Amino acid sequence: MSEALRNRLEPETRPEPPVRPEYERPLEPLADATSDQALPLHQRLWQRAWLRKTLILICLALLWEITARLKANPLLLPPFSAAIKALVEDALSGVIPARTLNSLDVLIKGYAAGVVLAFVLTSVAVSTQIGRDLLSTLTSMLNPLPPIALLPLALLWFGLGQASLVFVLIHSVLWPLALNMYTGFTGVPETLRMAGRNYGLRGLRYVLLILVPAALPSIIAGLRIGWAFAWRTLIAAELVFGASSGRGGLGWYIFQNRNELYTDRVFAGLIMVILFGLLVENVLFRELEKRTVAKWGMTR
Amino acid sequence: MDAMTSPLRENAAPPTPPLLAVEGVTLEYHAPGRVVRATQNVSFDVWEADRFILLGASGCGKSTLLKAVGGFIPPREGRILLDGQPIHGPGPDRVVVFQEFDQLPPWKTVRENVAFPLRVSGRLSRKEADERADHYIEKVGLTRFADAYPNTLSGGMKQRVAIARALAMEPRVLLMDEPFAALDALTRRKMQEELLALWEEVRFTLLFVTHSIEEALVVGNRIALLSPHPGRMRAEINSHEWDLKSGGSPQFQAAASRIHRLLFEEAEATDGAGDE
Repeated sequence: MSEALRNRLEPETRPEPPVRPEYERPLEPLADATSDQALPLHQRLWQRAWLRKTLILICLALLWEITARLKANPLLLPPFSAAIKALVEDALSGVIPARTLNSLDVLIKGYAAGVVLAFVLTSVAVSTQIGRDLLSTLTSMLNPLPPIALLPLALLWFGLGQASLVFVLIHSVLWPLALNMYTGFTGVPETLRMAGRNYGLRGLRYVLLILVPAALPSIIAGLRIGWAFAWRTLIAAELVFGASSGRGGLGWYIFQNRNELYTDRVFAGLIMVILFGLLVENVLFRELEKRTVAKWGMTR
Repeated sequence: MDAMTSPLRENAAPPTPPLLAVEGVTLEYHAPGRVVRATQNVSFDVWEADRFILLGASGCGKSTLLKAVGGFIPPREGRILLDGQPIHGPGPDRVVVFQEFDQLPPWKTVRENVAFPLRVSGRLSRKEADERADHYIEKVGLTRFADAYPNTLSGGMKQRVAIARALAMEPRVLLMDEPFAALDALTRRKMQEELLALWEEVRFTLLFVTHSIEEALVVGNRIALLSPHPGRMRAEINSHEWDLKSGGSPQFQAAASRIHRLLFEEAEATDGAGDE
Protein backbone atom coordinates (compact mmCIF):
# COMPACT_ATOMS: atom_id res chain seq x y z
CA MET A 1 0.00 0.00 0.00
CA SER A 2 2.67 2.51 1.08
CA GLU A 3 4.84 1.20 -1.77
CA ALA A 4 2.14 2.08 -4.25
CA LEU A 5 1.72 5.51 -2.71
CA ARG A 6 5.43 6.23 -2.90
CA ASN A 7 5.51 5.14 -6.53
CA ARG A 8 2.68 7.54 -7.28
CA LEU A 9 4.49 10.43 -5.61
CA GLU A 10 7.84 9.89 -7.31
CA PRO A 11 8.00 11.95 -10.48
CA GLU A 12 9.59 9.29 -12.75
CA THR A 13 6.97 6.63 -12.07
CA ARG A 14 3.91 8.95 -12.05
CA PRO A 15 1.61 7.95 -14.92
CA GLU A 16 1.07 10.61 -17.60
CA PRO A 17 -1.83 10.39 -20.05
CA PRO A 18 -0.50 10.24 -23.63
CA VAL A 19 -1.24 13.22 -25.89
CA ARG A 20 -3.27 11.85 -28.82
CA PRO A 21 -4.09 13.40 -32.17
CA GLU A 22 -7.39 15.30 -32.37
CA TYR A 23 -10.03 14.61 -34.93
CA GLU A 24 -13.31 16.09 -36.20
CA ARG A 25 -15.70 14.21 -38.36
CA PRO A 26 -19.29 14.45 -39.64
CA LEU A 27 -21.90 12.66 -37.55
CA GLU A 28 -22.72 9.12 -38.48
CA PRO A 29 -26.17 8.86 -40.05
CA LEU A 30 -28.78 7.44 -37.71
CA ALA A 31 -29.14 3.71 -37.77
CA ASP A 32 -32.68 2.98 -38.94
CA ALA A 33 -33.25 -0.26 -37.07
CA THR A 34 -34.79 0.86 -33.79
CA SER A 35 -34.90 -1.47 -30.84
CA ASP A 36 -38.42 -2.55 -31.67
CA GLN A 37 -37.56 -6.20 -31.88
CA ALA A 38 -40.27 -8.31 -30.31
CA LEU A 39 -39.41 -10.40 -27.29
CA PRO A 40 -40.08 -14.12 -27.55
CA LEU A 41 -43.68 -15.07 -26.84
CA HIS A 42 -43.10 -16.70 -23.45
CA GLN A 43 -41.22 -13.64 -22.19
CA ARG A 44 -43.96 -11.31 -23.35
CA LEU A 45 -46.55 -13.45 -21.61
CA TRP A 46 -44.47 -13.59 -18.44
CA GLN A 47 -44.49 -9.79 -18.32
CA ARG A 48 -48.27 -9.81 -17.92
CA ALA A 49 -49.00 -9.49 -14.23
CA TRP A 50 -52.50 -10.94 -14.53
CA LEU A 51 -51.14 -14.05 -16.20
CA ARG A 52 -48.57 -14.65 -13.47
CA LYS A 53 -51.23 -14.09 -10.82
CA THR A 54 -53.66 -16.43 -12.55
CA LEU A 55 -50.95 -19.06 -12.56
CA ILE A 56 -50.54 -18.68 -8.79
CA LEU A 57 -54.31 -19.03 -8.33
CA ILE A 58 -54.37 -22.21 -10.42
CA CYS A 59 -51.56 -23.69 -8.33
CA LEU A 60 -53.39 -22.87 -5.09
CA ALA A 61 -56.61 -24.42 -6.41
CA LEU A 62 -54.72 -27.56 -7.41
CA LEU A 63 -53.12 -27.80 -3.97
CA TRP A 64 -56.55 -27.49 -2.37
CA GLU A 65 -58.05 -30.14 -4.63
CA ILE A 66 -55.24 -32.61 -3.93
CA THR A 67 -55.28 -32.01 -0.16
CA ALA A 68 -59.06 -32.42 0.01
CA ARG A 69 -58.97 -35.67 -2.00
CA LEU A 70 -56.26 -37.08 0.23
CA LYS A 71 -58.18 -36.15 3.40
CA ALA A 72 -61.43 -37.46 1.88
CA ASN A 73 -63.69 -35.71 4.43
CA PRO A 74 -66.06 -33.42 2.45
CA LEU A 75 -67.77 -32.30 5.65
CA LEU A 76 -64.62 -30.57 6.88
CA LEU A 77 -62.82 -29.86 3.62
CA PRO A 78 -64.71 -30.38 0.39
CA PRO A 79 -62.51 -30.38 -2.72
CA PHE A 80 -62.16 -27.29 -4.87
CA SER A 81 -64.29 -28.84 -7.59
CA ALA A 82 -67.18 -29.38 -5.16
CA ALA A 83 -67.00 -25.79 -3.95
CA ILE A 84 -67.00 -24.53 -7.52
CA LYS A 85 -69.92 -26.81 -8.34
CA ALA A 86 -71.89 -25.42 -5.37
CA LEU A 87 -70.93 -21.90 -6.42
CA VAL A 88 -72.16 -22.43 -9.97
CA GLU A 89 -75.36 -24.10 -8.79
CA ASP A 90 -76.27 -21.35 -6.36
CA ALA A 91 -75.19 -18.68 -8.81
CA LEU A 92 -77.53 -20.13 -11.43
CA SER A 93 -80.38 -20.60 -8.97
CA GLY A 94 -80.11 -16.93 -8.10
CA VAL A 95 -79.30 -17.32 -4.42
CA ILE A 96 -75.74 -16.03 -4.54
CA PRO A 97 -76.48 -13.08 -6.86
CA ALA A 98 -79.33 -11.99 -4.59
CA ARG A 99 -77.12 -12.28 -1.48
CA THR A 100 -74.28 -10.41 -3.20
CA LEU A 101 -76.61 -7.62 -4.27
CA ASN A 102 -77.88 -7.28 -0.69
CA SER A 103 -74.31 -6.99 0.56
CA LEU A 104 -73.38 -4.53 -2.18
CA ASP A 105 -76.37 -2.35 -1.47
CA VAL A 106 -75.33 -1.88 2.15
CA LEU A 107 -71.67 -1.61 1.24
CA ILE A 108 -72.13 1.20 -1.28
CA LYS A 109 -74.31 3.20 1.10
CA GLY A 110 -71.83 2.88 3.96
CA TYR A 111 -68.77 3.43 1.79
CA ALA A 112 -70.16 6.51 0.06
CA ALA A 113 -71.23 8.07 3.36
CA GLY A 114 -67.81 7.31 4.85
CA VAL A 115 -65.98 8.88 1.90
CA VAL A 116 -68.09 12.05 2.04
CA LEU A 117 -67.58 12.40 5.79
CA ALA A 118 -63.84 11.78 5.46
CA PHE A 119 -63.63 14.48 2.80
CA VAL A 120 -65.52 17.00 4.94
CA LEU A 121 -63.47 16.23 8.03
CA THR A 122 -60.16 16.45 6.16
CA SER A 123 -61.12 19.68 4.40
CA VAL A 124 -61.86 21.24 7.79
CA ALA A 125 -58.60 19.83 9.11
CA VAL A 126 -56.44 21.35 6.35
CA SER A 127 -57.97 24.79 6.74
CA THR A 128 -58.15 25.28 10.53
CA GLN A 129 -55.98 24.46 13.52
CA ILE A 130 -58.91 23.22 15.60
CA GLY A 131 -59.97 20.98 12.70
CA ARG A 132 -56.47 19.48 12.64
CA ASP A 133 -56.65 18.79 16.38
CA LEU A 134 -60.13 17.31 16.01
CA LEU A 135 -59.05 15.00 13.21
CA SER A 136 -55.90 13.79 14.93
CA THR A 137 -57.70 13.19 18.25
CA LEU A 138 -60.62 11.38 16.66
CA THR A 139 -58.50 9.21 14.38
CA SER A 140 -56.07 8.22 17.11
CA MET A 141 -59.02 7.29 19.34
CA LEU A 142 -61.32 5.60 16.87
CA ASN A 143 -59.02 4.16 14.20
CA PRO A 144 -57.82 1.27 16.41
CA LEU A 145 -61.41 0.47 17.50
CA PRO A 146 -62.63 -2.57 15.53
CA PRO A 147 -65.89 -1.68 13.76
CA ILE A 148 -67.49 -4.95 14.91
CA ALA A 149 -67.07 -3.79 18.50
CA LEU A 150 -69.53 -0.99 17.72
CA LEU A 151 -72.13 -3.37 16.32
CA PRO A 152 -73.93 -4.09 19.64
CA LEU A 153 -74.24 -0.36 20.23
CA ALA A 154 -75.39 0.22 16.67
CA LEU A 155 -78.05 -2.46 17.05
CA LEU A 156 -79.23 -0.76 20.20
CA TRP A 157 -79.43 2.65 18.52
CA PHE A 158 -80.62 1.82 15.05
CA GLY A 159 -82.30 -1.55 15.52
CA LEU A 160 -81.92 -4.71 13.49
CA GLY A 161 -81.79 -3.06 10.11
CA GLN A 162 -79.58 -1.73 7.37
CA ALA A 163 -78.97 1.45 9.34
CA SER A 164 -76.81 -0.25 11.95
CA LEU A 165 -74.75 -1.97 9.24
CA VAL A 166 -74.26 1.35 7.45
CA PHE A 167 -73.21 2.95 10.73
CA VAL A 168 -70.56 0.31 11.33
CA LEU A 169 -69.35 0.59 7.72
CA ILE A 170 -68.98 4.35 7.98
CA HIS A 171 -66.84 3.82 11.04
CA SER A 172 -64.65 1.33 9.20
CA VAL A 173 -64.12 3.63 6.16
CA LEU A 174 -64.00 7.08 7.72
CA TRP A 175 -60.89 6.96 9.91
CA PRO A 176 -58.35 5.22 7.69
CA LEU A 177 -59.47 7.28 4.69
CA ALA A 178 -59.38 10.57 6.60
CA LEU A 179 -55.92 9.73 7.90
CA ASN A 180 -54.62 8.95 4.40
CA MET A 181 -56.29 11.99 2.88
CA TYR A 182 -54.81 14.25 5.51
CA THR A 183 -51.34 12.78 5.03
CA GLY A 184 -51.77 13.30 1.30
CA PHE A 185 -52.85 16.92 1.75
CA THR A 186 -49.94 17.76 4.03
CA GLY A 187 -47.56 16.15 1.55
CA VAL A 188 -48.51 18.47 -1.31
CA PRO A 189 -45.34 20.38 -2.28
CA GLU A 190 -45.19 23.97 -1.02
CA THR A 191 -44.43 25.25 -4.52
CA LEU A 192 -47.57 23.67 -5.93
CA ARG A 193 -49.64 25.19 -3.13
CA MET A 194 -48.18 28.61 -3.80
CA ALA A 195 -48.79 28.20 -7.54
CA GLY A 196 -52.43 27.38 -6.79
CA ARG A 197 -52.85 30.40 -4.53
CA ASN A 198 -51.09 32.47 -7.17
CA TYR A 199 -54.00 31.74 -9.54
CA GLY A 200 -56.26 33.32 -6.94
CA LEU A 201 -57.75 29.99 -5.79
CA ARG A 202 -59.19 29.94 -2.27
CA GLY A 203 -61.29 27.78 0.01
CA LEU A 204 -63.14 24.82 -1.46
CA ARG A 205 -61.99 25.52 -5.01
CA TYR A 206 -58.39 25.45 -3.82
CA VAL A 207 -58.98 22.11 -2.08
CA LEU A 208 -60.80 20.57 -5.04
CA LEU A 209 -58.62 21.89 -7.86
CA ILE A 210 -55.17 21.71 -6.24
CA LEU A 211 -55.04 19.67 -3.05
CA VAL A 212 -57.25 16.74 -4.05
CA PRO A 213 -55.54 15.94 -7.37
CA ALA A 214 -52.10 16.56 -5.86
CA ALA A 215 -52.89 14.18 -2.99
CA LEU A 216 -54.58 11.62 -5.23
CA PRO A 217 -51.98 8.86 -4.71
CA SER A 218 -52.62 8.95 -0.95
CA ILE A 219 -56.36 9.34 -1.43
CA ILE A 220 -56.52 6.27 -3.67
CA ALA A 221 -54.46 4.35 -1.13
CA GLY A 222 -56.95 5.44 1.54
CA LEU A 223 -59.91 4.45 -0.63
CA ARG A 224 -58.33 1.03 -1.09
CA ILE A 225 -57.75 0.50 2.60
CA GLY A 226 -61.22 1.82 3.38
CA TRP A 227 -62.73 -0.54 0.84
CA ALA A 228 -60.94 -3.57 2.29
CA PHE A 229 -61.97 -2.64 5.84
CA ALA A 230 -65.56 -2.06 4.78
CA TRP A 231 -65.88 -5.36 2.92
CA ARG A 232 -64.42 -7.33 5.82
CA THR A 233 -66.54 -5.53 8.36
CA LEU A 234 -69.69 -6.05 6.35
CA ILE A 235 -69.21 -9.81 5.93
CA ALA A 236 -68.36 -10.16 9.61
CA ALA A 237 -71.36 -8.10 10.68
CA GLU A 238 -73.66 -10.16 8.48
CA LEU A 239 -72.31 -13.32 10.08
CA VAL A 240 -73.37 -11.95 13.43
CA PHE A 241 -76.88 -10.88 12.62
CA GLY A 242 -77.25 -10.98 8.86
CA ALA A 243 -80.75 -12.23 8.23
CA SER A 244 -82.33 -10.31 11.04
CA SER A 245 -82.41 -7.35 8.72
CA GLY A 246 -84.78 -9.38 6.57
CA ARG A 247 -82.54 -9.62 3.53
CA GLY A 248 -79.28 -11.36 4.29
CA GLY A 249 -76.05 -10.82 2.44
CA LEU A 250 -73.08 -13.04 1.62
CA GLY A 251 -72.05 -13.30 5.26
CA TRP A 252 -75.47 -14.61 6.14
CA TYR A 253 -75.26 -17.09 3.25
CA ILE A 254 -72.01 -18.48 4.73
CA PHE A 255 -73.41 -18.63 8.23
CA GLN A 256 -76.66 -20.30 7.19
CA ASN A 257 -74.90 -23.01 5.17
CA ARG A 258 -72.49 -23.75 7.99
CA ASN A 259 -75.46 -24.35 10.27
CA GLU A 260 -76.80 -26.83 7.80
CA LEU A 261 -73.33 -28.37 7.29
CA TYR A 262 -73.25 -27.58 3.59
CA THR A 263 -69.51 -27.06 3.80
CA ASP A 264 -69.11 -26.85 0.02
CA ARG A 265 -71.53 -23.92 0.00
CA VAL A 266 -69.63 -22.27 2.85
CA PHE A 267 -66.59 -22.42 0.61
CA ALA A 268 -68.65 -21.17 -2.33
CA GLY A 269 -69.61 -18.16 -0.22
CA LEU A 270 -66.00 -17.56 0.80
CA ILE A 271 -64.86 -17.81 -2.82
CA MET A 272 -67.48 -15.24 -3.75
CA VAL A 273 -66.24 -12.89 -1.03
CA ILE A 274 -62.66 -13.31 -2.23
CA LEU A 275 -63.57 -12.97 -5.91
CA PHE A 276 -65.40 -9.77 -5.26
CA GLY A 277 -62.48 -8.39 -3.28
CA LEU A 278 -60.05 -9.29 -6.07
CA LEU A 279 -62.32 -7.76 -8.68
CA VAL A 280 -62.56 -4.40 -6.94
CA GLU A 281 -58.87 -4.35 -6.04
CA ASN A 282 -57.46 -5.47 -9.36
CA VAL A 283 -59.95 -4.01 -11.79
CA LEU A 284 -61.59 -0.99 -10.25
CA PHE A 285 -58.71 0.48 -8.26
CA ARG A 286 -56.01 -0.64 -10.69
CA GLU A 287 -57.89 1.02 -13.54
CA LEU A 288 -58.44 4.17 -11.49
CA GLU A 289 -54.71 4.36 -10.77
CA LYS A 290 -53.76 3.69 -14.36
CA ARG A 291 -55.99 6.46 -15.63
CA THR A 292 -54.87 9.01 -13.08
CA VAL A 293 -51.75 8.90 -10.94
CA ALA A 294 -49.83 6.43 -13.12
CA LYS A 295 -50.53 8.46 -16.25
CA TRP A 296 -49.41 11.62 -14.50
CA GLY A 297 -46.19 10.01 -13.27
CA MET A 298 -47.10 10.46 -9.61
CA THR A 299 -46.53 6.79 -8.80
CA ARG A 300 -44.66 4.04 -10.51
CA MET B 1 -25.11 45.47 -27.25
CA ASP B 2 -26.61 48.30 -29.24
CA ALA B 3 -29.39 45.98 -30.35
CA MET B 4 -30.77 46.13 -26.81
CA THR B 5 -33.04 49.12 -26.47
CA SER B 6 -33.13 49.06 -22.73
CA PRO B 7 -34.84 51.91 -20.96
CA LEU B 8 -32.16 54.41 -20.08
CA ARG B 9 -33.30 56.70 -17.36
CA GLU B 10 -30.11 57.93 -15.85
CA ASN B 11 -30.68 61.59 -16.65
CA ALA B 12 -34.41 62.00 -16.92
CA ALA B 13 -36.57 61.39 -13.89
CA PRO B 14 -39.18 58.71 -14.62
CA PRO B 15 -42.37 60.33 -15.84
CA THR B 16 -44.80 58.06 -14.02
CA PRO B 17 -44.79 56.57 -10.52
CA PRO B 18 -43.10 53.17 -10.33
CA LEU B 19 -45.12 50.11 -11.23
CA LEU B 20 -43.97 48.30 -8.13
CA ALA B 21 -42.77 50.10 -5.03
CA VAL B 22 -41.24 48.23 -2.10
CA GLU B 23 -41.00 50.67 0.80
CA GLY B 24 -39.00 49.93 3.93
CA VAL B 25 -40.01 46.28 4.01
CA THR B 26 -38.95 44.14 6.95
CA LEU B 27 -39.81 40.46 6.68
CA GLU B 28 -39.76 37.84 9.41
CA TYR B 29 -40.61 34.19 9.48
CA HIS B 30 -41.09 31.71 12.28
CA ALA B 31 -38.51 29.02 12.68
CA PRO B 32 -39.09 26.50 15.48
CA GLY B 33 -38.72 28.43 18.72
CA ARG B 34 -37.62 31.77 17.30
CA VAL B 35 -38.38 34.48 14.82
CA VAL B 36 -35.90 34.91 12.00
CA ARG B 37 -35.55 38.28 10.32
CA ALA B 38 -35.18 37.71 6.58
CA THR B 39 -34.92 41.29 5.38
CA GLN B 40 -34.61 44.63 7.11
CA ASN B 41 -35.87 47.95 5.79
CA VAL B 42 -35.55 47.09 2.10
CA SER B 43 -36.76 49.61 -0.46
CA PHE B 44 -36.64 49.58 -4.22
CA ASP B 45 -38.76 50.65 -7.19
CA VAL B 46 -39.49 48.72 -10.34
CA TRP B 47 -40.66 50.55 -13.45
CA GLU B 48 -42.64 49.26 -16.38
CA ALA B 49 -40.59 46.93 -18.63
CA ASP B 50 -37.76 46.72 -16.10
CA ARG B 51 -35.72 43.57 -15.80
CA PHE B 52 -35.03 44.13 -12.14
CA ILE B 53 -32.68 41.69 -10.41
CA LEU B 54 -32.43 40.88 -6.72
CA LEU B 55 -28.91 39.55 -6.27
CA GLY B 56 -27.28 38.23 -3.14
CA ALA B 57 -25.68 35.26 -1.45
CA SER B 58 -27.89 32.65 0.16
CA GLY B 59 -29.51 33.95 3.34
CA CYS B 60 -29.99 37.49 2.09
CA GLY B 61 -33.76 37.07 1.99
CA LYS B 62 -34.11 37.66 -1.72
CA SER B 63 -36.49 34.74 -2.25
CA THR B 64 -38.50 35.76 0.81
CA LEU B 65 -38.67 39.26 -0.61
CA LEU B 66 -39.98 37.90 -3.90
CA LYS B 67 -42.59 35.84 -2.07
CA ALA B 68 -43.63 38.95 -0.17
CA VAL B 69 -44.14 40.75 -3.48
CA GLY B 70 -46.08 37.68 -4.62
CA GLY B 71 -48.28 38.20 -1.56
CA PHE B 72 -47.42 34.93 0.17
CA ILE B 73 -45.75 36.61 3.16
CA PRO B 74 -47.14 39.80 4.71
CA PRO B 75 -44.44 42.35 5.59
CA ARG B 76 -43.72 42.89 9.26
CA GLU B 77 -43.00 46.56 8.57
CA GLY B 78 -43.20 48.70 5.48
CA ARG B 79 -45.45 48.20 2.50
CA ILE B 80 -45.49 46.92 -1.07
CA LEU B 81 -47.42 48.94 -3.66
CA LEU B 82 -48.43 47.75 -7.10
CA ASP B 83 -49.68 50.61 -9.30
CA GLY B 84 -49.88 52.68 -6.13
CA GLN B 85 -52.16 50.18 -4.38
CA PRO B 86 -50.99 48.04 -1.45
CA ILE B 87 -51.05 44.34 -2.30
CA HIS B 88 -53.29 41.91 -0.43
CA GLY B 89 -52.35 38.25 -0.69
CA PRO B 90 -51.37 36.33 -3.82
CA GLY B 91 -53.08 37.21 -7.05
CA PRO B 92 -52.92 36.61 -10.79
CA ASP B 93 -51.52 40.13 -11.38
CA ARG B 94 -48.17 38.94 -9.94
CA VAL B 95 -47.37 35.50 -11.28
CA VAL B 96 -44.39 33.62 -9.87
CA VAL B 97 -42.10 31.24 -11.74
CA PHE B 98 -40.46 29.08 -9.09
CA GLN B 99 -37.19 27.22 -9.18
CA GLU B 100 -38.74 23.86 -8.35
CA PHE B 101 -40.06 21.69 -11.14
CA ASP B 102 -43.06 20.58 -9.08
CA GLN B 103 -44.73 23.95 -9.58
CA LEU B 104 -46.61 22.41 -12.52
CA PRO B 105 -49.64 20.32 -11.55
CA PRO B 106 -48.65 16.87 -12.86
CA TRP B 107 -52.26 15.97 -13.67
CA LYS B 108 -52.51 18.58 -16.41
CA THR B 109 -51.00 18.50 -19.87
CA VAL B 110 -48.80 21.37 -21.01
CA ARG B 111 -51.75 23.12 -22.66
CA GLU B 112 -54.01 22.57 -19.65
CA ASN B 113 -51.27 23.81 -17.34
CA VAL B 114 -51.04 27.08 -19.24
CA ALA B 115 -54.79 27.47 -19.75
CA PHE B 116 -55.87 26.40 -16.25
CA PRO B 117 -54.99 29.62 -14.38
CA LEU B 118 -56.63 31.68 -17.13
CA ARG B 119 -59.80 29.68 -16.65
CA VAL B 120 -59.90 29.61 -12.84
CA SER B 121 -59.16 33.31 -12.51
CA GLY B 122 -62.37 33.68 -14.50
CA ARG B 123 -60.93 35.94 -17.11
CA LEU B 124 -61.32 33.89 -20.26
CA SER B 125 -63.70 31.31 -21.69
CA ARG B 126 -62.39 27.84 -22.37
CA LYS B 127 -61.84 28.51 -26.05
CA GLU B 128 -60.08 31.84 -25.49
CA ALA B 129 -57.93 30.32 -22.76
CA ASP B 130 -56.87 27.46 -25.03
CA GLU B 131 -56.07 29.87 -27.83
CA ARG B 132 -53.97 32.08 -25.63
CA ALA B 133 -52.27 29.03 -24.11
CA ASP B 134 -51.34 27.77 -27.58
CA HIS B 135 -49.99 31.21 -28.47
CA TYR B 136 -47.62 31.31 -25.50
CA ILE B 137 -46.70 27.64 -25.78
CA GLU B 138 -45.61 28.41 -29.32
CA LYS B 139 -43.58 31.36 -28.02
CA VAL B 140 -41.57 29.09 -25.72
CA GLY B 141 -41.24 26.52 -28.50
CA LEU B 142 -43.24 23.68 -26.97
CA THR B 143 -46.03 23.33 -29.54
CA ARG B 144 -45.03 19.75 -30.22
CA PHE B 145 -45.45 18.91 -26.54
CA ALA B 146 -48.74 20.72 -25.89
CA ASP B 147 -50.53 17.46 -25.07
CA ALA B 148 -47.70 15.91 -23.02
CA TYR B 149 -47.85 15.53 -19.26
CA PRO B 150 -45.14 17.32 -17.24
CA ASN B 151 -43.56 14.07 -16.04
CA THR B 152 -42.48 13.33 -19.61
CA LEU B 153 -40.67 16.68 -20.00
CA SER B 154 -37.09 17.64 -19.20
CA GLY B 155 -36.29 20.24 -16.55
CA GLY B 156 -35.74 22.99 -19.08
CA MET B 157 -39.02 22.21 -20.80
CA LYS B 158 -40.87 22.30 -17.48
CA GLN B 159 -39.44 25.75 -16.77
CA ARG B 160 -40.51 26.84 -20.25
CA VAL B 161 -44.05 25.69 -19.46
CA ALA B 162 -43.95 27.65 -16.20
CA ILE B 163 -42.78 30.75 -18.09
CA ALA B 164 -45.47 30.30 -20.75
CA ARG B 165 -48.05 29.89 -18.00
CA ALA B 166 -46.88 33.06 -16.28
CA LEU B 167 -46.76 35.08 -19.50
CA ALA B 168 -50.19 33.85 -20.58
CA MET B 169 -51.62 35.40 -17.43
CA GLU B 170 -50.24 38.73 -18.71
CA PRO B 171 -49.38 39.82 -15.17
CA ARG B 172 -48.39 43.34 -14.16
CA VAL B 173 -45.12 41.92 -12.84
CA LEU B 174 -43.54 38.61 -13.66
CA LEU B 175 -41.73 37.25 -10.60
CA MET B 176 -38.99 34.69 -11.11
CA ASP B 177 -37.36 32.93 -8.17
CA GLU B 178 -34.04 31.52 -9.42
CA PRO B 179 -35.93 29.92 -12.30
CA PHE B 180 -32.87 28.47 -14.00
CA ALA B 181 -30.85 27.47 -10.93
CA ALA B 182 -31.86 23.80 -11.13
CA LEU B 183 -30.92 23.51 -14.82
CA ASP B 184 -27.60 22.41 -16.28
CA ALA B 185 -25.28 25.15 -17.51
CA LEU B 186 -26.00 24.69 -21.24
CA THR B 187 -29.77 24.71 -20.75
CA ARG B 188 -29.51 27.69 -18.39
CA ARG B 189 -27.67 29.72 -21.01
CA LYS B 190 -30.28 28.85 -23.62
CA MET B 191 -33.13 29.75 -21.27
CA GLN B 192 -31.53 33.14 -20.53
CA GLU B 193 -31.34 33.79 -24.27
CA GLU B 194 -34.97 32.81 -24.74
CA LEU B 195 -36.12 34.90 -21.80
CA LEU B 196 -34.39 37.98 -23.22
CA ALA B 197 -35.87 37.30 -26.67
CA LEU B 198 -39.33 37.03 -25.09
CA TRP B 199 -38.76 40.28 -23.24
CA GLU B 200 -37.76 41.97 -26.50
CA GLU B 201 -41.05 40.83 -27.96
CA VAL B 202 -43.54 41.14 -25.12
CA ARG B 203 -41.88 43.81 -22.90
CA PHE B 204 -43.16 42.39 -19.65
CA THR B 205 -41.92 43.71 -16.31
CA LEU B 206 -39.63 41.27 -14.61
CA LEU B 207 -38.48 40.90 -11.03
CA PHE B 208 -35.82 38.21 -11.04
CA VAL B 209 -34.03 36.60 -8.11
CA THR B 210 -30.63 35.00 -8.63
CA HIS B 211 -27.40 34.26 -6.82
CA SER B 212 -25.31 34.29 -10.00
CA ILE B 213 -23.51 37.55 -10.74
CA GLU B 214 -23.17 36.65 -14.44
CA GLU B 215 -26.86 35.85 -14.73
CA ALA B 216 -27.74 39.12 -13.02
CA LEU B 217 -25.57 41.17 -15.39
CA VAL B 218 -26.84 39.39 -18.48
CA VAL B 219 -30.55 39.17 -17.71
CA GLY B 220 -31.15 42.42 -15.83
CA ASN B 221 -31.13 46.09 -16.67
CA ARG B 222 -30.89 47.05 -13.02
CA ILE B 223 -29.51 45.05 -10.14
CA ALA B 224 -30.24 45.41 -6.45
CA LEU B 225 -27.51 43.94 -4.25
CA LEU B 226 -28.56 42.51 -0.91
CA SER B 227 -26.28 41.70 2.02
CA PRO B 228 -27.15 38.68 4.09
CA HIS B 229 -28.35 38.04 7.69
CA PRO B 230 -30.72 39.82 7.48
CA GLY B 231 -31.11 41.08 3.92
CA ARG B 232 -30.29 44.78 3.64
CA MET B 233 -29.87 46.91 0.54
CA ARG B 234 -26.21 47.27 -0.38
CA ALA B 235 -26.41 48.96 -3.77
CA GLU B 236 -28.45 49.36 -6.91
CA ILE B 237 -26.47 49.33 -10.13
CA ASN B 238 -27.32 49.52 -13.80
CA SER B 239 -26.59 46.62 -16.10
CA HIS B 240 -28.54 47.53 -19.23
CA GLU B 241 -25.32 47.62 -21.28
CA TRP B 242 -24.57 43.91 -20.84
CA ASP B 243 -26.10 41.06 -22.73
CA LEU B 244 -25.26 37.45 -23.51
CA LYS B 245 -22.58 38.48 -25.99
CA SER B 246 -20.61 40.62 -23.55
CA GLY B 247 -19.64 37.66 -21.39
CA GLY B 248 -15.86 37.72 -21.67
CA SER B 249 -15.15 41.43 -22.15
CA PRO B 250 -12.88 43.24 -19.64
CA GLN B 251 -15.63 45.75 -18.79
CA PHE B 252 -18.00 42.90 -18.01
CA GLN B 253 -15.37 41.29 -15.83
CA ALA B 254 -14.83 44.61 -14.08
CA ALA B 255 -18.55 44.97 -13.41
CA ALA B 256 -18.68 41.40 -12.10
CA SER B 257 -15.78 41.96 -9.72
CA ARG B 258 -17.29 45.25 -8.56
CA ILE B 259 -20.46 43.38 -7.63
CA HIS B 260 -18.42 40.67 -5.99
CA ARG B 261 -16.59 43.26 -3.92
CA LEU B 262 -19.84 44.97 -2.90
CA LEU B 263 -21.44 41.69 -1.93
CA PHE B 264 -18.64 39.92 -0.16
CA GLU B 265 -15.69 41.99 0.98
CA GLU B 266 -17.42 44.35 3.33
CA ALA B 267 -19.98 41.78 4.30
CA GLU B 268 -17.15 39.53 5.43
CA ALA B 269 -15.61 42.40 7.38
CA THR B 270 -18.83 43.24 9.19
CA ASP B 271 -19.69 39.57 9.68
CA GLY B 272 -16.33 39.01 11.33
CA ALA B 273 -16.90 41.97 13.67
CA GLY B 274 -20.45 40.88 14.41
CA ASP B 275 -19.60 37.27 15.21
CA GLU B 276 -17.00 38.23 17.83
